[in-house]
Amino acid sequence: MAGQSPRRQWWAGRQMGIAAIPPMPQRRVGGMNVRGDAIFRSVLAVFAAIILVIIGLMLVMVVTQSSEAWRKFGLGFITGTEWAPPFSKFGALPYIYGTVITSVIALMLAAPIGVGCAVFIIEFAPAWLRSPVSFMVELLAAVPSVVFGLWGIFVFAPWMRNGPDKFLVSHFSFIPLFKGPTFGLGVLSAGIILAIIIVPYITSVTREVMLLTPTNQREGMLALGATRWEVIRYVILPFARSGIVGGSILALGRALGETMAVTMIIGNRAQIKPSLFAQGATMSSVIANEFAEAATTLYTSSLIAIALLLLVVALIMNVLGRLLVWSVARSR
Amino acid sequence: MATGVVRQYGQFTPKVMRRRRTVNVIMIGVFSVCAIVILIPLVHILMYSLIKGASSLNVHFFTKPPQPPGQPGGGVATALVGSGIILVMASLIGIPTGILAGVYMAEYGNRNAFATTVRFVADILLGVPSIVIGVFIWTLLVRPFHSFSAIAGGVALAVMMIPTISRTTEEVVRLVPGTLREASLALGIPYWKTVMRITVPAARSGIGTAVVLAFARVGGETAPLLFTALGNNFFQKDIRRPIDALPLRLFNYAIGPYDEWHRIAWASAFILVFFILILMVLIRRIARGRFKNVV
Repeated sequence: MAGQSPRRQWWAGRQMGIAAIPPMPQRRVGGMNVRGDAIFRSVLAVFAAIILVIIGLMLVMVVTQSSEAWRKFGLGFITGTEWAPPFSKFGALPYIYGTVITSVIALMLAAPIGVGCAVFIIEFAPAWLRSPVSFMVELLAAVPSVVFGLWGIFVFAPWMRNGPDKFLVSHFSFIPLFKGPTFGLGVLSAGIILAIIIVPYITSVTREVMLLTPTNQREGMLALGATRWEVIRYVILPFARSGIVGGSILALGRALGETMAVTMIIGNRAQIKPSLFAQGATMSSVIANEFAEAATTLYTSSLIAIALLLLVVALIMNVLGRLLVWSVARSR
Repeated sequence: MATGVVRQYGQFTPKVMRRRRTVNVIMIGVFSVCAIVILIPLVHILMYSLIKGASSLNVHFFTKPPQPPGQPGGGVATALVGSGIILVMASLIGIPTGILAGVYMAEYGNRNAFATTVRFVADILLGVPSIVIGVFIWTLLVRPFHSFSAIAGGVALAVMMIPTISRTTEEVVRLVPGTLREASLALGIPYWKTVMRITVPAARSGIGTAVVLAFARVGGETAPLLFTALGNNFFQKDIRRPIDALPLRLFNYAIGPYDEWHRIAWASAFILVFFILILMVLIRRIARGRFKNVV
């Protein structure tokens, strides 16, 4: 309890039911202070409440303004495969598919590499390298999505078309995933760019969680003659497991909502094709491309309905991910 | 798990020891490769946008408004001014709100259901896709007023700044030693004055980091501006009208067909990346010492 304000100590004592603690003495020179404290506290509370208001208002606005689409299509909106604004037909499945497939590619690539990089920074990197590497990873997280998109269009996509895409087609085209013409711009390229974008999140969450590993467990293991890898395998990874899963879920949430880079690279065609080289579209990319030009209220409402889906999925991912990361911090 | 260790390493024959050492070396290699794989695209993006962008920079880039499609010359002066206006508005709304909310959570947040809820919701708000924030602000500030506007863009970015600033502010204010507060309270200074004059100033470098961090985060944001600020080919002083922004200009030029546009897009990318690089270095500098582990 040391290091807390007297007020908190008093409150903590009351909570524990320590009867001997007398009522909170009035800190005062004339009653003015108590009122000042109350006013100060309320003002701060109002500003804190703004955060709740934002998210509440967001849910209300997005739900009410998408109601037209939900009334017209019902759940068929989610399962419908046709997106034809001129005929007022709106089905979001191709976009949901695009979002899911790119995010899954991204997570499959980013999770192992991101965790590996975190382990490198914590356990293996020599001291002089540790700080520059984590700075670079932070920097990667700070590069704007639209710059990734620009790089994707002019550098990454052409490279993919001439290199990896060609290789995959010529050696693995017996798998339907790797069949068909390659453009460079497509689902696979978008997924890989997404992986680059979310990797820093996985690394930083994983690193933080791993740093919570009790030192005596690590050192005990080393004292018993374990190698560095054995310490990681049998102490750090088991301790951080749920945090790593939580970090990956948070990163997945980010991948689902990531907009600019994907919009610029995926090719923007609403279709469901088995090939990873095919062009596609995601929920966020269709909003980015069509929202400002949506002519009818039903069209706008349908796009807002997609935003609602994104919002709900992102909320679920974040709640789940946060709880898992918290569980590690609390288990300590 | 423990039994696994015992079974596997029960006998320390030279052969087993050699295998363990080999595995160790291999794994060190694997993890190092992971780090290198991450850094390659980063270094490439940085170098490429710096080289390609720097070579596309000239005076016109900073001083001229955009030219009609396909014509050479022209710059992004409108976008630079617009981005400035939007960021100032976002800061005016986002910074005070974020800091005060953060101070509330740090000072009154123990065993307080309301503060716990706010903290959790702020974390969630951090994860809301930026495009959804754009849609939200559109329903709130664009549709009712029948016009895209700089205000809407600023508010959208402010909504993104608030959770970043408040969560970081909370953490750094919590790090201020309790003895400082107690010394102040023992002198008879009221709690609110202690917070404003002792606690918050003691955490100012951390709070500064929070602000710069949030600024870096929204400085390059494009998605929330797409249908709030919208973009504009001309200078716009009226904040109730659509306004241009650098990331928007970058996006539109990158997907456009003209080489001249692509050149300007790379130069814009250079400006954005350079801006963020400077902010990140700044964060490193001011966050030294006590707040090093927070940000």
